[in-house]
Amino acid sequence: MAAEVQYAALPVSITVNDVKHDALVEPRTLLVYFLREHLHLTGTHVGCDTSQCGACTVHLNGRAVKSCTVLAVQASGAEVKTIEGLAKGDAFHPVQEGFREKHGLQCGYCTPGMIMTALHLLETNPSPTEDEIKHALEGNLCRCTGYVNIVESIQWAADKMRG
Amino acid sequence: MFPANFAYVPARSVEEALQLIAMHGEEGKLLAGGHSLIPAMKLRLQSPQTLIDLGTVPGLRGVRADGNHLVIGALTVHTDVASSDLVRKHVPGLAEAASVIGDVQVRNRGTIGGSVAHADPAADFPVMLTALNATFVVQSSSGNRAIGADDFFTDFYTTAMNANEILTEIRVPIPPAGSGSAYAKLPHPASGYVVVSAGALITRQASGSCTAARIAIGGLGSGPCRAIATEIELQGKPLTPQIIASAATKAAEETDPVEDSYAGAEYKRHVATVYARKAIEAALERAAF
Repeated sequence: MAAEVQYAALPVSITVNDVKHDALVEPRTLLVYFLREHLHLTGTHVGCDTSQCGACTVHLNGRAVKSCTVLAVQASGAEVKTIEGLAKGDAFHPVQEGFREKHGLQCGYCTPGMIMTALHLLETNPSPTEDEIKHALEGNLCRCTGYVNIVESIQWAADKMRG
Repeated sequence: MFPANFAYVPARSVEEALQLIAMHGEEGKLLAGGHSLIPAMKLRLQSPQTLIDLGTVPGLRGVRADGNHLVIGALTVHTDVASSDLVRKHVPGLAEAASVIGDVQVRNRGTIGGSVAHADPAADFPVMLTALNATFVVQSSSGNRAIGADDFFTDFYTTAMNANEILTEIRVPIPPAGSGSAYAKLPHPASGYVVVSAGALITRQASGSCTAARIAIGGLGSGPCRAIATEIELQGKPLTPQIIASAATKAAEETDPVEDSYAGAEYKRHVATVYARKAIEAALERAAF
Protein backbone atom coordinates (compact mmCIF):
# COMPACT_ATOMS: atom_id res chain seq x y z
CA MET A 1 0.00 0.00 0.00
CA ALA A 2 2.82 2.31 0.87
CA ALA A 3 4.36 1.45 -2.49
CA GLU A 4 1.38 2.84 -4.39
CA VAL A 5 1.75 6.19 -2.70
CA GLN A 6 5.50 6.16 -3.22
CA TYR A 7 5.26 5.69 -6.99
CA ALA A 8 2.51 8.22 -7.52
CA ALA A 9 2.59 10.24 -10.71
CA LEU A 10 4.48 13.51 -10.49
CA PRO A 11 3.62 16.84 -12.08
CA VAL A 12 5.93 18.02 -14.84
CA SER A 13 5.93 21.21 -16.85
CA ILE A 14 7.75 20.84 -20.14
CA THR A 15 7.80 23.32 -23.00
CA VAL A 16 7.75 21.47 -26.31
CA ASN A 17 8.11 23.40 -29.56
CA ASP A 18 7.26 26.63 -27.70
CA VAL A 19 4.08 25.21 -26.14
CA LYS A 20 4.05 24.61 -22.40
CA HIS A 21 2.59 21.28 -21.30
CA ASP A 22 1.64 20.49 -17.72
CA ALA A 23 1.08 16.80 -17.11
CA LEU A 24 1.22 14.05 -14.53
CA VAL A 25 3.72 11.30 -15.35
CA GLU A 26 5.04 8.18 -13.67
CA PRO A 27 8.65 8.86 -12.68
CA ARG A 28 9.80 6.05 -14.98
CA THR A 29 8.27 7.69 -18.06
CA LEU A 30 11.02 8.33 -20.58
CA LEU A 31 10.98 11.66 -22.39
CA VAL A 32 10.46 9.94 -25.77
CA TYR A 33 7.30 8.20 -24.51
CA PHE A 34 6.08 11.45 -22.97
CA LEU A 35 6.42 13.09 -26.39
CA ARG A 36 4.88 10.22 -28.34
CA GLU A 37 2.19 8.90 -26.02
CA HIS A 38 1.19 11.88 -23.91
CA LEU A 39 1.58 14.63 -26.52
CA HIS A 40 1.07 12.42 -29.61
CA LEU A 41 4.17 13.93 -31.22
CA THR A 42 5.13 10.74 -33.02
CA GLY A 43 7.77 12.27 -35.27
CA THR A 44 10.40 11.38 -32.67
CA HIS A 45 11.07 7.67 -33.12
CA VAL A 46 12.11 4.85 -30.83
CA GLY A 47 14.74 2.79 -32.60
CA CYS A 48 17.13 0.70 -30.52
CA ASP A 49 15.82 2.00 -27.17
CA THR A 50 19.36 1.47 -25.81
CA SER A 51 20.98 4.92 -26.28
CA GLN A 52 22.77 3.95 -29.46
CA CYS A 53 20.80 4.65 -32.67
CA GLY A 54 19.78 8.27 -32.16
CA ALA A 55 16.31 7.93 -33.78
CA CYS A 56 14.90 9.51 -30.61
CA THR A 57 17.13 12.61 -30.76
CA VAL A 58 15.49 15.86 -29.67
CA HIS A 59 16.89 19.14 -28.39
CA LEU A 60 16.75 19.66 -24.63
CA ASN A 61 17.55 23.26 -23.72
CA GLY A 62 19.18 23.65 -27.13
CA ARG A 63 21.30 20.51 -27.08
CA ALA A 64 20.80 17.25 -28.95
CA VAL A 65 20.02 14.41 -26.56
CA LYS A 66 18.67 10.88 -26.81
CA SER A 67 15.15 11.12 -25.41
CA CYS A 68 15.04 7.38 -24.70
CA THR A 69 17.70 8.01 -22.04
CA VAL A 70 16.14 11.01 -20.31
CA LEU A 71 13.31 10.77 -17.80
CA ALA A 72 10.41 13.12 -18.40
CA VAL A 73 10.79 14.28 -14.78
CA GLN A 74 14.37 15.30 -15.54
CA ALA A 75 13.06 17.52 -18.35
CA SER A 76 10.59 19.34 -16.13
CA GLY A 77 11.09 23.07 -16.54
CA ALA A 78 13.10 22.56 -19.72
CA GLU A 79 12.59 23.54 -23.36
CA VAL A 80 12.30 20.64 -25.79
CA LYS A 81 12.39 20.92 -29.56
CA THR A 82 11.28 18.02 -31.75
CA ILE A 83 11.15 17.45 -35.49
CA GLU A 84 7.59 18.80 -35.47
CA GLY A 85 8.94 22.17 -34.32
CA LEU A 86 11.14 22.82 -37.36
CA ALA A 87 8.84 23.68 -40.26
CA LYS A 88 7.15 27.07 -40.31
CA GLY A 89 3.72 26.30 -41.72
CA ASP A 90 4.31 24.76 -45.14
CA ALA A 91 7.91 25.96 -45.27
CA PHE A 92 10.40 23.27 -44.35
CA HIS A 93 13.48 24.06 -42.32
CA PRO A 94 16.65 24.17 -44.47
CA VAL A 95 17.88 20.91 -42.90
CA GLN A 96 14.59 19.21 -43.83
CA GLU A 97 14.89 20.67 -47.33
CA GLY A 98 18.45 19.39 -47.57
CA PHE A 99 17.37 15.82 -46.82
CA ARG A 100 14.72 16.10 -49.56
CA GLU A 101 17.00 17.75 -52.12
CA LYS A 102 19.90 15.33 -51.60
CA HIS A 103 17.85 12.18 -51.00
CA GLY A 104 19.14 11.85 -47.45
CA LEU A 105 16.64 9.14 -46.59
CA GLN A 106 15.16 5.92 -47.84
CA CYS A 107 12.85 4.37 -45.24
CA GLY A 108 12.89 7.56 -43.16
CA TYR A 109 12.99 5.90 -39.77
CA CYS A 110 16.27 7.48 -38.65
CA THR A 111 15.53 10.81 -40.35
CA PRO A 112 13.95 12.83 -37.52
CA GLY A 113 16.91 12.01 -35.28
CA MET A 114 19.41 12.67 -38.08
CA ILE A 115 17.86 16.06 -38.72
CA MET A 116 17.82 17.06 -35.05
CA THR A 117 21.48 16.07 -34.66
CA ALA A 118 22.38 17.87 -37.89
CA LEU A 119 20.60 21.00 -36.71
CA HIS A 120 22.48 20.90 -33.40
CA LEU A 121 25.74 20.63 -35.36
CA LEU A 122 24.92 23.55 -37.65
CA GLU A 123 23.83 25.71 -34.73
CA THR A 124 27.20 25.18 -33.06
CA ASN A 125 29.33 24.97 -36.22
CA PRO A 126 27.77 26.66 -39.27
CA SER A 127 30.55 25.55 -41.67
CA PRO A 128 31.45 21.97 -40.74
CA THR A 129 33.92 19.95 -42.76
CA GLU A 130 32.89 16.56 -44.09
CA ASP A 131 34.85 14.94 -41.25
CA GLU A 132 33.13 17.12 -38.67
CA ILE A 133 29.72 16.13 -40.06
CA LYS A 134 30.63 12.43 -39.90
CA HIS A 135 31.95 12.85 -36.34
CA ALA A 136 28.75 14.64 -35.31
CA LEU A 137 26.64 11.78 -36.70
CA GLU A 138 28.42 9.13 -34.63
CA GLY A 139 25.35 8.74 -32.45
CA ASN A 140 22.87 8.32 -35.31
CA LEU A 141 22.55 5.05 -37.18
CA CYS A 142 21.02 4.66 -40.64
CA ARG A 143 20.56 1.16 -42.00
CA CYS A 144 19.53 2.19 -45.55
CA THR A 145 21.57 4.87 -47.23
CA GLY A 146 25.13 4.35 -46.13
CA TYR A 147 25.39 7.99 -45.01
CA VAL A 148 26.80 9.50 -48.23
CA ASN A 149 23.57 11.29 -49.07
CA ILE A 150 23.00 12.23 -45.44
CA VAL A 151 26.35 14.02 -45.33
CA GLU A 152 25.51 15.77 -48.62
CA SER A 153 22.11 16.77 -47.24
CA ILE A 154 23.75 18.44 -44.27
CA GLN A 155 26.30 20.19 -46.50
CA TRP A 156 23.41 21.47 -48.61
CA ALA A 157 21.63 22.71 -45.48
CA ALA A 158 24.80 24.39 -44.19
CA ASP A 159 25.13 26.31 -47.49
CA LYS A 160 21.48 27.33 -47.39
CA MET A 161 21.58 28.41 -43.74
CA ARG A 162 24.70 30.51 -44.31
CA GLY A 163 22.71 32.23 -47.06
CA MET B 1 11.68 -0.63 -22.64
CA PHE B 2 11.19 1.18 -19.41
CA PRO B 3 12.52 0.85 -15.88
CA ALA B 4 10.74 -0.81 -12.99
CA ASN B 5 8.72 1.68 -11.01
CA PHE B 6 10.53 3.96 -8.64
CA ALA B 7 9.98 7.12 -6.64
CA TYR B 8 11.79 10.23 -7.86
CA VAL B 9 13.06 12.94 -5.57
CA PRO B 10 14.76 16.03 -7.01
CA ALA B 11 17.35 17.09 -4.43
CA ARG B 12 17.72 20.82 -3.84
CA SER B 13 21.10 20.65 -2.13
CA VAL B 14 23.90 18.19 -1.45
CA GLU B 15 22.87 18.19 2.21
CA GLU B 16 19.33 17.18 1.27
CA ALA B 17 20.64 14.46 -1.04
CA LEU B 18 22.80 13.13 1.82
CA GLN B 19 19.74 12.96 4.08
CA LEU B 20 17.82 11.16 1.35
CA ILE B 21 20.51 8.51 0.80
CA ALA B 22 20.71 8.01 4.57
CA MET B 23 16.93 7.56 4.65
CA HIS B 24 16.70 5.16 1.70
CA GLY B 25 19.92 3.18 2.19
CA GLU B 26 20.57 0.55 -0.46
CA GLU B 27 17.13 1.10 -1.99
CA GLY B 28 18.09 4.63 -3.03
CA LYS B 29 20.30 5.53 -5.96
CA LEU B 30 21.83 8.86 -6.95
CA LEU B 31 21.05 10.11 -10.46
CA ALA B 32 23.46 12.46 -12.24
CA GLY B 33 23.20 12.60 -16.06
CA GLY B 34 21.70 9.13 -16.12
CA HIS B 35 23.70 7.86 -19.07
CA SER B 36 24.91 4.75 -17.28
CA LEU B 37 22.11 4.37 -14.74
CA ILE B 38 19.02 4.84 -16.94
CA PRO B 39 20.15 2.24 -19.55
CA ALA B 40 20.92 -0.17 -16.69
CA MET B 41 17.47 0.47 -15.20
CA LYS B 42 15.78 -0.07 -18.57
CA LEU B 43 17.51 -3.44 -18.81
CA ARG B 44 16.41 -4.10 -15.20
CA LEU B 45 20.03 -4.59 -14.18
CA GLN B 46 19.27 -1.94 -11.58
CA SER B 47 15.88 -1.41 -9.97
CA PRO B 48 16.27 1.15 -7.19
CA GLN B 49 13.11 2.02 -5.29
CA THR B 50 14.04 5.69 -5.11
CA LEU B 51 16.04 7.89 -7.47
CA ILE B 52 17.60 10.94 -5.86
CA ASP B 53 18.31 13.45 -8.62
CA LEU B 54 21.48 15.51 -8.24
CA GLY B 55 20.68 17.30 -11.51
CA THR B 56 18.47 19.71 -9.60
CA VAL B 57 21.21 20.67 -7.11
CA PRO B 58 22.60 24.11 -7.95
CA GLY B 59 26.34 24.74 -7.97
CA LEU B 60 27.59 21.35 -9.09
CA ARG B 61 28.28 22.32 -12.74
CA GLY B 62 31.12 24.12 -14.43
CA VAL B 63 34.88 24.49 -14.43
CA ARG B 64 36.78 27.10 -12.43
CA ALA B 65 40.36 27.78 -11.45
CA ASP B 66 41.25 27.72 -7.75
CA GLY B 67 44.91 28.55 -7.17
CA ASN B 68 46.95 25.87 -8.88
CA HIS B 69 43.97 23.56 -9.45
CA LEU B 70 41.12 23.33 -11.88
CA VAL B 71 37.89 22.48 -10.09
CA ILE B 72 35.31 20.62 -12.13
CA GLY B 73 31.81 20.26 -10.70
CA ALA B 74 30.62 16.66 -10.58
CA LEU B 75 27.54 17.43 -12.70
CA THR B 76 29.52 19.03 -15.54
CA VAL B 77 28.61 17.30 -18.81
CA HIS B 78 31.29 15.89 -21.10
CA THR B 79 30.61 18.51 -23.81
CA ASP B 80 31.36 21.29 -21.33
CA VAL B 81 34.57 19.62 -20.14
CA ALA B 82 35.67 19.19 -23.77
CA SER B 83 34.93 22.81 -24.69
CA SER B 84 36.12 24.50 -21.47
CA ASP B 85 38.83 27.08 -22.21
CA LEU B 86 40.47 26.37 -18.84
CA VAL B 87 40.60 22.62 -19.50
CA ARG B 88 41.87 23.06 -23.06
CA LYS B 89 44.57 25.47 -21.93
CA HIS B 90 45.90 23.64 -18.87
CA VAL B 91 45.03 19.96 -19.38
CA PRO B 92 44.24 19.41 -23.08
CA GLY B 93 44.45 15.66 -22.52
CA LEU B 94 41.30 15.86 -20.40
CA ALA B 95 39.43 17.78 -23.12
CA GLU B 96 40.59 15.09 -25.53
CA ALA B 97 39.26 12.30 -23.30
CA ALA B 98 35.93 14.13 -22.85
CA SER B 99 35.54 14.58 -26.61
CA VAL B 100 35.81 10.87 -27.45
CA ILE B 101 33.23 9.55 -24.97
CA GLY B 102 30.16 8.00 -26.60
CA ASP B 103 28.64 10.36 -29.14
CA VAL B 104 27.45 13.96 -29.26
CA GLN B 105 24.11 13.25 -27.61
CA VAL B 106 25.69 11.19 -24.84
CA ARG B 107 28.28 13.92 -24.21
CA ASN B 108 25.48 16.47 -23.90
CA ARG B 109 23.93 14.56 -20.96
CA GLY B 110 26.60 12.39 -19.36
CA THR B 111 28.51 13.92 -16.45
CA ILE B 112 32.12 13.62 -15.32
CA GLY B 113 31.06 12.83 -11.76
CA GLY B 114 28.62 10.17 -12.91
CA SER B 115 31.25 8.59 -15.10
CA VAL B 116 33.91 8.32 -12.41
CA ALA B 117 31.46 7.27 -9.68
CA HIS B 118 30.16 4.53 -11.99
CA ALA B 119 33.81 3.45 -12.56
CA ASP B 120 33.22 1.44 -15.71
CA PRO B 121 36.54 -0.31 -16.53
CA ALA B 122 36.05 0.75 -20.18
CA ALA B 123 35.42 4.44 -19.42
CA ASP B 124 37.69 7.28 -20.56
CA PHE B 125 37.71 9.81 -17.72
CA PRO B 126 39.15 7.50 -15.03
CA VAL B 127 42.24 6.89 -17.16
CA MET B 128 43.02 10.52 -17.95
CA LEU B 129 42.17 11.73 -14.44
CA THR B 130 44.58 9.14 -13.04
CA ALA B 131 47.32 10.38 -15.37
CA LEU B 132 46.59 13.94 -14.22
CA ASN B 133 46.71 12.92 -10.54
CA ALA B 134 43.24 14.35 -9.93
CA THR B 135 41.62 14.42 -6.51
CA PHE B 136 37.99 13.48 -5.92
CA VAL B 137 36.19 15.53 -3.28
CA VAL B 138 33.36 13.67 -1.58
CA GLN B 139 30.92 15.05 0.92
CA SER B 140 29.14 13.28 3.76
CA SER B 141 27.21 14.46 6.79
CA SER B 142 30.51 14.61 8.67
CA GLY B 143 32.21 16.89 6.12
CA ASN B 144 34.41 16.64 3.05
CA ARG B 145 37.28 14.33 2.28
CA ALA B 146 39.56 14.16 -0.73
CA ILE B 147 40.55 10.90 -2.39
CA GLY B 148 43.50 10.75 -4.77
CA ALA B 149 43.02 9.11 -8.18
CA ASP B 150 45.45 6.30 -7.34
CA ASP B 151 43.19 5.27 -4.44
CA PHE B 152 39.80 6.11 -5.92
CA PHE B 153 39.22 3.33 -8.46
CA THR B 154 39.31 0.15 -6.39
CA ASP B 155 37.66 -2.52 -8.56
CA PHE B 156 35.20 -3.11 -11.42
CA TYR B 157 32.44 -0.49 -11.02
CA THR B 158 33.73 0.19 -7.51
CA THR B 159 35.31 3.26 -5.95
CA ALA B 160 36.67 4.21 -2.54
CA MET B 161 33.53 6.25 -1.84
CA ASN B 162 31.30 5.06 0.97
CA ALA B 163 27.56 4.65 0.47
CA ASN B 164 26.91 7.74 2.61
CA GLU B 165 29.13 10.01 0.47
CA ILE B 166 28.43 12.11 -2.61
CA LEU B 167 31.09 13.16 -5.12
CA THR B 168 30.84 16.94 -5.50
CA GLU B 169 33.93 18.02 -7.40
CA ILE B 170 37.08 16.87 -9.12
CA ARG B 171 40.26 18.84 -8.55
CA VAL B 172 42.90 18.63 -11.26
CA PRO B 173 46.35 20.06 -10.51
CA ILE B 174 47.42 22.61 -13.12
CA PRO B 175 50.67 21.16 -14.45
CA PRO B 176 53.81 23.31 -14.22
CA ALA B 177 55.41 25.05 -17.22
CA GLY B 178 56.99 22.58 -19.59
CA SER B 179 54.12 20.11 -19.17
CA GLY B 180 51.85 18.50 -21.72
CA SER B 181 49.02 16.01 -21.47
CA ALA B 182 47.32 13.75 -24.00
CA TYR B 183 44.85 10.90 -24.28
CA ALA B 184 45.03 8.16 -26.90
CA LYS B 185 42.24 5.61 -27.28
CA LEU B 186 41.50 2.49 -29.26
CA PRO B 187 37.70 2.40 -29.21
CA HIS B 188 35.64 -0.72 -29.69
CA PRO B 189 34.34 -0.36 -33.26
CA ALA B 190 30.71 -0.98 -32.30
CA SER B 191 30.28 0.37 -28.78
CA GLY B 192 32.91 3.12 -28.76
CA TYR B 193 33.99 2.01 -25.30
CA VAL B 194 37.70 1.69 -24.50
CA VAL B 195 39.45 -1.44 -25.71
CA VAL B 196 42.74 0.03 -24.55
CA SER B 197 43.56 3.66 -23.86
CA ALA B 198 46.44 5.67 -22.43
CA GLY B 199 46.67 9.02 -20.68
CA ALA B 200 49.99 10.80 -20.30
CA LEU B 201 51.21 13.82 -18.38
CA ILE B 202 54.79 14.73 -19.20
CA THR B 203 56.91 17.54 -17.75
CA ARG B 204 60.24 18.36 -19.35
CA GLN B 205 63.01 20.86 -18.85
CA ALA B 206 63.94 23.37 -21.54
CA SER B 207 66.91 21.11 -22.28
CA GLY B 208 64.44 18.35 -23.20
CA SER B 209 64.94 15.93 -20.35
CA CYS B 210 61.93 14.53 -18.56
CA THR B 211 61.38 15.78 -15.01
CA ALA B 212 58.05 14.05 -14.35
CA ALA B 213 55.82 11.54 -16.06
CA ARG B 214 52.51 10.00 -15.11
CA ILE B 215 51.09 7.40 -17.47
CA ALA B 216 47.78 5.60 -16.94
CA ILE B 217 46.43 2.76 -19.03
CA GLY B 218 42.78 1.77 -19.37
CA GLY B 219 41.24 -1.47 -20.57
CA LEU B 220 43.75 -3.83 -18.98
CA GLY B 221 42.17 -4.38 -15.61
CA SER B 222 39.36 -3.48 -13.27
CA GLY B 223 40.16 0.22 -13.62
CA PRO B 224 42.95 2.51 -14.75
CA CYS B 225 46.45 1.26 -13.93
CA ARG B 226 49.62 3.30 -13.70
CA ALA B 227 52.41 2.33 -16.09
CA ILE B 228 55.02 2.70 -13.34
CA ALA B 229 57.83 0.99 -15.26
CA THR B 230 57.33 3.38 -18.18
CA GLU B 231 57.30 6.39 -15.85
CA ILE B 232 60.58 5.30 -14.21
CA GLU B 233 62.19 4.68 -17.59
CA LEU B 234 61.37 8.24 -18.75
CA GLN B 235 62.44 9.98 -15.55
CA GLY B 236 65.49 12.20 -16.06
CA LYS B 237 66.04 11.03 -19.63
CA PRO B 238 66.07 13.12 -22.81
CA LEU B 239 62.69 12.53 -24.47
CA THR B 240 63.95 11.19 -27.78
CA PRO B 241 61.71 9.01 -29.96
CA GLN B 242 63.92 6.02 -29.10
CA ILE B 243 63.66 6.50 -25.36
CA ILE B 244 59.88 7.06 -25.55
CA ALA B 245 59.43 3.94 -27.68
CA SER B 246 61.56 1.88 -25.34
CA ALA B 247 59.75 3.15 -22.23
CA ALA B 248 56.37 2.53 -23.82
CA THR B 249 57.16 -1.15 -24.33
CA LYS B 250 56.91 -1.48 -20.54
CA ALA B 251 53.42 0.06 -20.33
CA ALA B 252 51.64 -3.25 -19.77
CA GLU B 253 54.16 -4.78 -17.39
CA GLU B 254 52.66 -6.56 -14.40
CA THR B 255 49.16 -6.34 -15.82
CA ASP B 256 46.78 -9.22 -16.29
CA PRO B 257 44.28 -8.04 -18.94
CA VAL B 258 40.77 -9.38 -18.97
CA GLU B 259 40.09 -11.22 -22.22
CA ASP B 260 36.82 -10.62 -24.01
CA SER B 261 35.25 -11.64 -27.30
CA TYR B 262 36.89 -8.71 -29.08
CA ALA B 263 40.43 -8.69 -27.71
CA GLY B 264 42.72 -11.26 -26.12
CA ALA B 265 45.13 -10.51 -23.30
CA GLU B 266 48.31 -10.54 -25.42
CA TYR B 267 46.72 -8.24 -27.99
CA LYS B 268 45.61 -5.79 -25.29
CA ARG B 269 49.07 -5.77 -23.75
CA HIS B 270 50.60 -5.01 -27.14
CA VAL B 271 48.08 -2.29 -27.95
CA ALA B 272 48.79 -0.72 -24.55
CA THR B 273 52.44 -0.24 -25.51
CA VAL B 274 51.44 1.37 -28.82
CA TYR B 275 48.88 3.72 -27.27
CA ALA B 276 51.19 4.63 -24.39
CA ARG B 277 53.75 5.72 -26.99
CA LYS B 278 51.14 7.74 -28.89
CA ALA B 279 49.97 9.48 -25.71
CA ILE B 280 53.52 10.28 -24.55
CA GLU B 281 54.49 11.66 -27.98
CA ALA B 282 51.34 13.81 -28.16
CA ALA B 283 51.86 15.05 -24.59
CA LEU B 284 55.47 15.97 -25.38
CA GLU B 285 54.37 18.00 -28.41
CA ARG B 286 52.20 20.09 -26.09
CA ALA B 287 54.87 20.51 -23.41
CA ALA B 288 55.46 24.21 -23.95
CA PHE B 289 57.02 26.83 -21.71
